[in-house]
Amino acid sequence: MSVLIVLIALVLIAGVIFVVSAPLRNANRPPAGGAAQQQLEPESAERHELEVAREAKYREIRDAELDYRTGKLSREDYEAVDGALRTEAVEILNRIEASAGE
Amino acid sequence: MAGLGRLCLLLALAVCAYGIGASLYGVRRGRVEFSESGRRSVYALAGILTVAFVILEIAFLRNDFAFNTVADTSSRTTPAFYRAAAVWSSQEGSLLLWAWLLSLWASLALFLTRKRMRDVAAYATAILLGFGGFFVSLMVFYATPFATTRPAPAEGVGLDPLLRFPTMMIHPPMLYSGYTLCTIPLAFGMGALLARRVDAEWIRAIRRFAFAAWLFLGIGILLGARWSYSELGWGGYWGWDAVENASLMPWLTGTAFLHSLMIQEKRGMLKVWNVSLVLATGTLAIMGTFLVRSGILNSIHAFGGATLGVPFVTLIGVLIAGSIYLVVSRRDMLRSEHRLDSLLSRESIFLANNLVLVGLCFVIFWGTYFPLISKALTGQEASVGPPWFDRYTVPLALVLVLLSGIGPVIAWRRATLANARRNFLAPVLVALLTLAVLLASGVQQKPFAIAMFCCGAFVFASIGQEFFRGVRARRAMANEAAPVALLALVRRNRRRYGGYIVHIGIAVLFIGVAASSSFQHASELGLSPGQSTRVGAYTVRYVRPTATVTPKYDAAHTGSTLSLGAVLDVTKHGHHVATLLPSEGYYASQEASQGSVGSLIGGQPVSHVALDGGVTRDVWTAIEPDIETPALQRIVKIGNRTLPPEDAVVAIGYLARAYLQHPPQAQFHFIVSPLVMWIWIGGLIVFGGGLIAIWPAPSAVRRRVSMRSRARAAHGLARA
Repeated sequence: MSVLIVLIALVLIAGVIFVVSAPLRNANRPPAGGAAQQQLEPESAERHELEVAREAKYREIRDAELDYRTGKLSREDYEAVDGALRTEAVEILNRIEASAGE
Repeated sequence: MAGLGRLCLLLALAVCAYGIGASLYGVRRGRVEFSESGRRSVYALAGILTVAFVILEIAFLRNDFAFNTVADTSSRTTPAFYRAAAVWSSQEGSLLLWAWLLSLWASLALFLTRKRMRDVAAYATAILLGFGGFFVSLMVFYATPFATTRPAPAEGVGLDPLLRFPTMMIHPPMLYSGYTLCTIPLAFGMGALLARRVDAEWIRAIRRFAFAAWLFLGIGILLGARWSYSELGWGGYWGWDAVENASLMPWLTGTAFLHSLMIQEKRGMLKVWNVSLVLATGTLAIMGTFLVRSGILNSIHAFGGATLGVPFVTLIGVLIAGSIYLVVSRRDMLRSEHRLDSLLSRESIFLANNLVLVGLCFVIFWGTYFPLISKALTGQEASVGPPWFDRYTVPLALVLVLLSGIGPVIAWRRATLANARRNFLAPVLVALLTLAVLLASGVQQKPFAIAMFCCGAFVFASIGQEFFRGVRARRAMANEAAPVALLALVRRNRRRYGGYIVHIGIAVLFIGVAASSSFQHASELGLSPGQSTRVGAYTVRYVRPTATVTPKYDAAHTGSTLSLGAVLDVTKHGHHVATLLPSEGYYASQEASQGSVGSLIGGQPVSHVALDGGVTRDVWTAIEPDIETPALQRIVKIGNRTLPPEDAVVAIGYLARAYLQHPPQAQFHFIVSPLVMWIWIGGLIVFGGGLIAIWPAPSAVRRRVSMRSRARAAHGLARA
């Protein structure tokens, strides 16, 4: 019984070391998905933030439309809100395009 | 096995220490491989603690009394079903459960965010491992679940009889899942502040975990209330007990966060508020654990010792100081990107809802910690009771329910008075109609209950109107049948309509609370067989006594040695309504001084409630038999004198027979409460709505919507 426990303990310790040290062992190898996958550069982080903002803006546009269709916004208010949201969405799209072009 | 368990804890502590160091080194020096290694430390921690937890579970199931924890909280007479749950009834086992659940949820959170926000995630990893390390340290240095005694005792003390109840199998894991999930938004919030990335992305990353924390905590709270109602012999489901309050507080701030995060996601507003709510929710979750495990405040739910106070207070102090420092030092980055467009907008209603929720939390915090505050200020411990809590929380709850009906019918950004008038007309008329019906039916003496019914009717009408209009709009667009349109509407707008369903559930739950607490009939009296009493419109007759002996065949299958009860016949206007069988279980104790027979029934007696539940009312009964009569005590004394422990159960059989032949008067507690079942139904609706809201949108739908929105936004380029 005690031999079995010692074996389990050794396997556990070895498993932990194997799992935790894997990234350190692989650090010198080239990453499978290219450098971008290994480390998120500041530019790509910013781009990701913009993509998140874009998705949120799309959701806001959809919500405004649903508010209008369920009678919570008058036509004039909806057009004003929708226009403002689309302008904001276009700004985000422009910034995404600009960051992609850099 | 205990040695392997101890090794697991030491290994876990080492992994936590390494993971914290690797994560911080990785993020500070830009060494991704170290951050990655830190993240994997959390996975390793989950694996190690899973092994440790399985070892302890096996020890409980195998009745291995060499483990002190098993000997202290289990016994051979404890049914296997409850032995499995006894792990978390002990101080040590519950610490292990906490750390294990934390490691599992943290692993999931870090796995899902492995490809984004690496800097934020690295800090979050260090903080989560810090929490893990804290709890593992408690188990290594203060309360180890793997402490043993050789030779092992032949029998254990047994599980606290109060915990031998089916919901106790899942109540603590649910509550602890909620608590541990609360630490994930806290860790990512702190990580975002440390990494100076306080945009909406971290909110988006933890939104689902905040929702899951809210859901699990809510289920845990409701199961606790159900346990209190069905198991504890006082007939209530909420007593403003310190531990109950401790779990409610993070749920309230979590609810506030789930509303206000939408404002940050949509408008880039309330960043300080949101990050503060996240930090407060996580800290309150730790404080909740502290209250349960420290025994610092009196509670029927507190099962811990008083040894963990100093480490917990230190952790809470560090959390509060760290949170304040981070928010204050990053205040420039947390400025709102926009301002409120209009006071008549959904954002404003969400803000009001946040203030009410935080106000409720503050009131409950003050009342819960008042004994400690008063002792610190005056040297004398004073506490506040349910009337104090009711005075402040009832009006706030009314406002909260009302706001949950107002919010859904107000548009984001701005709403006009004309639209608001049109949208509120039907809900206000329904609320007024409800008021008129209630007043006409003579229900006038309970103003708060009437107000809650009217607010509830307002919520049903406003949300019903929302569903109706949404389906109508969907049908107009897609020409679908009404049920298909309803399903499509909910499916495509899960968060919105899931949230509306949650609001309906909250209104149903509060109506149940208002009705059951305001229009309850209760009676406590002694009855002999054949006697009856009236409770409200019901007549309850004590028909005859009951008695069962031996652990295997007790009425509630909880492992009691002796169970004494009654057959009660409940009638209304002469018609039979129900036959109820309340009982009280007597459990064995380890007190040798009580004698061989006395020790078999000398443990804590526990009431087993019998109730007839229905959609309109519950008839709740509990019995407290009198076994201190001279005739029954004589049997115990003679048995103690003449019977060895292995034959002592024979005397218990005599005692049961004597009780049946000459039953003494028993004390009964009867309660007739209207609409109690709607509290549980409301809870189920809340969690059903929560599941709808949390469920991920199908990726195909998301892609389609995204593409369509993109096309429309591009189309808007021409218009802009």
